[in-house]
Amino acid sequence: METVLALLVGLLFAISAYLLLSSSLIRLILGVFVLGNATHLMIFVLGRLTRESPPLIQYGLKAAEPGIANPLPQALILTAIVISFSLFAFLLVLSYRAYQSLDTINTDEMRVAEPEPAGTLLRGRDV
Amino acid sequence: MNSLILRTAVPALVGLMLLFSIYVLLRGHNEPGGGFIGGLIGASAFAIYTIAEGLASARRALIVPPITIAGVGLLFAALSGVVSLFFGDAFLTGQWWFPAFNPDLKYLSTVVLFDIGVYLVVVGAIVGIAFALEERE
Amino acid sequence: MSDMTAWLVVWPVAVPLIGAALTVALWGRERAQTNIGFLAIALQLAAGLVLLQHVWENGPVAMAMGGWSAPFGIALAADVFGAGLTVVASLVAFLILIYSLTDTDADQRRAGFMPLILALMTGVAGAFLTADIFNLYVWFEVTLISSFGLMVIGGRREQLDGAVKYAFLNLLATTFLLIAIALLYGMTGTLSMADLSGKVAALPADSPIETVALLFLMSLGMKAALFPLHFWLPAAYHTPLPAVSAIFAALLTKVGVYSLIRVFMLVFPDGAEIAREAMIWVAVATMIVGALGALAESDIRRVVSFTVVSGVGVMIGGLAIGTQAALLGTTFYIIHSIIISAALFMAAGMISRAGGGTRIADLAGLYKGSPFLAVAFLLCGLSLAGVPPFAGFWPKVYLVQAGLEAGAFGIVAGILISGFLTLMLIGRSFALIFWRAAPDGAPRVVSDGGDLMKGALGALTALTFVLGVYSAPVANMAGRAASELLAPQAYIGVVLGRSAQADASGAGAAEMRP
Repeated sequence: METVLALLVGLLFAISAYLLLSSSLIRLILGVFVLGNATHLMIFVLGRLTRESPPLIQYGLKAAEPGIANPLPQALILTAIVISFSLFAFLLVLSYRAYQSLDTINTDEMRVAEPEPAGTLLRGRDV
Repeated sequence: MNSLILRTAVPALVGLMLLFSIYVLLRGHNEPGGGFIGGLIGASAFAIYTIAEGLASARRALIVPPITIAGVGLLFAALSGVVSLFFGDAFLTGQWWFPAFNPDLKYLSTVVLFDIGVYLVVVGAIVGIAFALEERE
Repeated sequence: MSDMTAWLVVWPVAVPLIGAALTVALWGRERAQTNIGFLAIALQLAAGLVLLQHVWENGPVAMAMGGWSAPFGIALAADVFGAGLTVVASLVAFLILIYSLTDTDADQRRAGFMPLILALMTGVAGAFLTADIFNLYVWFEVTLISSFGLMVIGGRREQLDGAVKYAFLNLLATTFLLIAIALLYGMTGTLSMADLSGKVAALPADSPIETVALLFLMSLGMKAALFPLHFWLPAAYHTPLPAVSAIFAALLTKVGVYSLIRVFMLVFPDGAEIAREAMIWVAVATMIVGALGALAESDIRRVVSFTVVSGVGVMIGGLAIGTQAALLGTTFYIIHSIIISAALFMAAGMISRAGGGTRIADLAGLYKGSPFLAVAFLLCGLSLAGVPPFAGFWPKVYLVQAGLEAGAFGIVAGILISGFLTLMLIGRSFALIFWRAAPDGAPRVVSDGGDLMKGALGALTALTFVLGVYSAPVANMAGRAASELLAPQAYIGVVLGRSAQADASGAGAAEMRP
């Protein structure tokens, strides 16, 4: 099972690398999102897979019985999902506004902040 | 969106979803559930309402701006951690209150306060984003 | 935990967090938000000072969040290094808030300036004070999300353009950080940096430690703007409001540098040879490329952005050498760089106000209308280049000496050459912007910024001068920080040991109460 999931993680990383190499903002967003999901799945696999009971403490007990699944990766993934979810929402809004304002989703054409070199620091008179 | 079917179904749907979101929030105290998932369900309720009734009436229904809800929630969460200062425990340590008239009440704790804070943050933030996206259309 | 002193480590994080919550709840009421913001940062500074004094006298202090003991739960912990940087960060943030009163208008403040600044400061203090590596990632994200919001306040086209590049590349960097943390967790089963310290050393020889160390170097190096991953910084830092640029340049790259130092001194104290070897050359390249990039730029705010990159190279050079004197120099340089980056971005913002633009070709003769700005810019620039008697001189002395002793001649050469290039750059910028005669003969000063801006810039300039003339306190502090980094037993002990006590007294939290 771990092998299959490891291959899936690798596949997701490959897909995201392909998407991230694009210059279209939409593909970049999707690439970042796939990369995040690949990472979450990787944390899950790295926490070791067990076919056991969920990590809940039974009523009346002070500690969980042995044999529960590892709760830590689940907590980590939930945190990471919340974060990547909010960042994804921000990226969508940002890209949409950038498209409205810059009239392009091609990152190669986004040269407003970094115009072509202006050339000299001097003016004709100084030389 | 102007759809008669949606607009007819929305009052029942939104009411049920909000109720369910609070159920999930409180269930999360000892069983699967919790503030985050409850907040997502609650935010979806407002999103559906926004789609059906439009942005202006959704804002009216919410009474306060969504960002204020998120701020209050964040305040709840932060303050619930500080309560333990007065009991000599570490930051964010859960404090329970078992009132004399009903010692079996399990919900009077800073943990639940924290979860309610998370619920409000999620509702506020997601509804805020939904409003922002709706506004641009 | 009966020991109330442990709460000292919580306040620098909790105070701005509560302030952020209050200001978010009061969204749109910018007067109230501004007051809360100033109060919160002032309280954070006070809390940081108390914490630093406590740590100075009693050694590191730690608190396990929620009473969950450290190898399993998350602990906040402070040593002199973390506490000292927290103090400097909130001091500079306070001055930037003063500067921002003039720099932002009411609409921009209503767009969430203060809540985002407070969230940013929560994240910065959290990163400086956490003892858990996953928690470090979370604080990175907190700073990142708030910095996205700050980046686009104002909404000009350049800002959206810069924000897109900033957002994507920083998000990639934090995702790679998460991958590195996940691999480390998979190998050791722990996330507490104190616990990792022993467990990484005890790993079997065939574990991919090198790979993970390189991933950390790459992801944190991207946050810190190390060559060849520095390009996002000069593409973005010149676009937001000058006050926002100042706080970004002062703090965000330093959080990356801090984390690199923490990870490589605590988690990989030895081993990770390839990463260390790479670090040397990356540091040298960053110094030189940063300085050359600054020389090649024709926009004053981009010039200043590149000098930030160059400074990051110097800091990482000290980490790559790794001796007591080198770490002392690095710590001192971080403090110096927090102050000077903020000062130079403030000055650049004031230059663009005074001259009506940021292109150096369009700026001239500003000395006449704004002599204060001219002097402050020159003094800060000299401090940046490492000229005595300013604060930039001493860390470079320590680093050069450490480099010569350790035989790291590449780093020594890099520091000296980049210092020389920076001096050239400052002289040229000063001559062109302030000294060269204005074309129509008349001073064209639009606005000299007003007293608040001058006051903030003047305070930072005075600070860099005072710390240069009277450097003993900072040097002592940096020395203690370096010793504690090299011998982290006290830090590890307090994170793991103190929490064992908490387990006994505060165990109620860890149990289910029926």
